[in-house]
Amino acid sequence: MRNTAMNMVHKLAARDERVLYIGSDPGAGTLRAMSKEFPKRHLIEGISEAHIIGMSAGLAMEGFVPYVNTIATFLTRRCYEQVAVDLCLHNLPVRLIANGGGLVYAPLGPTHQAIEDIAIMRALPNMTVICPCDADEAARMMERTLDWKGPIYIRLGKGGDAVVSKAEHGFEIGKAILMRSPGDVLMVTTGIMLQRALTAADLLAAQGIRSGILHMHTVKPLDTEALLQAIRGTRLVATLEEHVPSGGLGSAVAETLIDKLGSGLPAMLRLSLPDRFMHNYGSQDSLLKKHGLSANAIATSIEHALAASRTSAPQLHST
Amino acid sequence: MIQISPHAESALTCTLDERSLYLRRLVLGSVRSAGRGHVGPALSLIEMVRVLYDDVLRIDPKNPRDPNRDRAILSKGHGCLALYALLADRGFFPLSELDGFCGPDSILGGHPEYGMVPGVEASTGALGHGLSIGVGLALAARMRERSYRTFVLLGDGEINEGSVWEAAMGAAKHGLDNLVALIDYNKLQSYGPTDYVLPLEPLADKWRSFGFAVQEVNGHDVSALRTVLKQVPAVAGKPTAVICHTVKGKGLPAAESNADWHHKNKLTDSELDAIRVAVGDF
Repeated sequence: MRNTAMNMVHKLAARDERVLYIGSDPGAGTLRAMSKEFPKRHLIEGISEAHIIGMSAGLAMEGFVPYVNTIATFLTRRCYEQVAVDLCLHNLPVRLIANGGGLVYAPLGPTHQAIEDIAIMRALPNMTVICPCDADEAARMMERTLDWKGPIYIRLGKGGDAVVSKAEHGFEIGKAILMRSPGDVLMVTTGIMLQRALTAADLLAAQGIRSGILHMHTVKPLDTEALLQAIRGTRLVATLEEHVPSGGLGSAVAETLIDKLGSGLPAMLRLSLPDRFMHNYGSQDSLLKKHGLSANAIATSIEHALAASRTSAPQLHST
Repeated sequence: MIQISPHAESALTCTLDERSLYLRRLVLGSVRSAGRGHVGPALSLIEMVRVLYDDVLRIDPKNPRDPNRDRAILSKGHGCLALYALLADRGFFPLSELDGFCGPDSILGGHPEYGMVPGVEASTGALGHGLSIGVGLALAARMRERSYRTFVLLGDGEINEGSVWEAAMGAAKHGLDNLVALIDYNKLQSYGPTDYVLPLEPLADKWRSFGFAVQEVNGHDVSALRTVLKQVPAVAGKPTAVICHTVKGKGLPAAESNADWHHKNKLTDSELDAIRVAVGDF
């Protein structure tokens, strides 16, 4: 996913002279081909994220479209005020390409694990937040970033994630993709939780439970219409995210349902990481599994929640 | 031992001409109307802003978005009353707007906002942002082969922020000789003396070591400022830093070098009388 997104910057740069790549201190050889073809538009500016965001704002004020790239935690925590003031307040078309969203950097510990990035980026007015699920979707997503008006935070996964998106789904920023039609449960996913949801849906099907899956690649702006459409007839809405419980996809979905439905809310299950820093290493997969976000654990949690909802929550009827 | 700059000494003693007094009346009129405002930081800045807008910047108030205009960013956004006075006087917006400072429907807030105030290039107020934005503007000029120049006004307290020095390294890396940093070195920040809060000296050497061509000047000497600012870049291939030795609250004896005047709320009758004595009726 990461290589694809990076290569797309080069491809977009070839097509549009406004496109810049700005890295802090990325891995050796990052976008080498672009650096040779467009040396003036391939900028490596040092481990100075606060400065880089401000500089990108200045370049965007003059009509450039900078794609700023470094590790997710440094692109969010380190320079939050610059992102808020220089990018969001001025509503400038700077794209933040965040390597290692979620637990990708599991072995490197909590300084490198972006577990609250969606929440803090989503909280900023004018910011758009996108979490593609695989390399193919990342490529389609990048095509759409070129002419988007304001700033975008792009949360990238590890790379090598199973490709489950399909070309026929297309990609529009802010438009969710219905991967499976709604059933007893609707799983709402973002990023690489889609792959786990698809497997969980198969496991649930074996138990006779029909699962819908709505892939919310854009967490902000949230596709309210698609969400309200997809929950019709379901008994449970389950949100899946590689993120702390505060402020991420689960929060966004819950807020939207409360705002739009008021009463008669569906039973909800928010599956996420716990509200704490991770002090285990291993791998992204091992940490997800440890915190109940493997496909098996997701299926089990949904099964239990459905059983509980039978006695406590009304089924949502089509309207 | 660190030597006191002769420019700092002359900043304390130099007198102000009628235009400088007039601009102070505009600033203090806004403070009187609003019952609040950063007085000291604006008064130290006035001659720097005056010379920029009167004599240096290639700008047209009737065409404030001209792509070839020089860019100026007030990175120390809390000094905005000085900027507002100049912009109004130069015709970017009506002088009457100054009376609405900080009012509910005013375009003029306690920190300047892009899109709200004609002539304001960037929203500032959070310190340590302006020089990085200026680096982006200056780099864009070079990439687009445009001749505009970028001037960034920084406070001395502001350069406590590490991001300023990140930006300085970036400016030097790119050899941005179309970028000028002006430092309002009034030696007094919100709490007290810069030497106490976080010593900056040797300040000129710091900027030199970060790759800037450095000039020092009495920041209230209009003629000296003109000379320095009309000769930028000071060295081809290098960004320029102009350290402007100033006096916080310059022009108001009670406010000069007095941290209590960093921000003032309602002015008392006796304070208003003292202001009239110092700068004339307003």
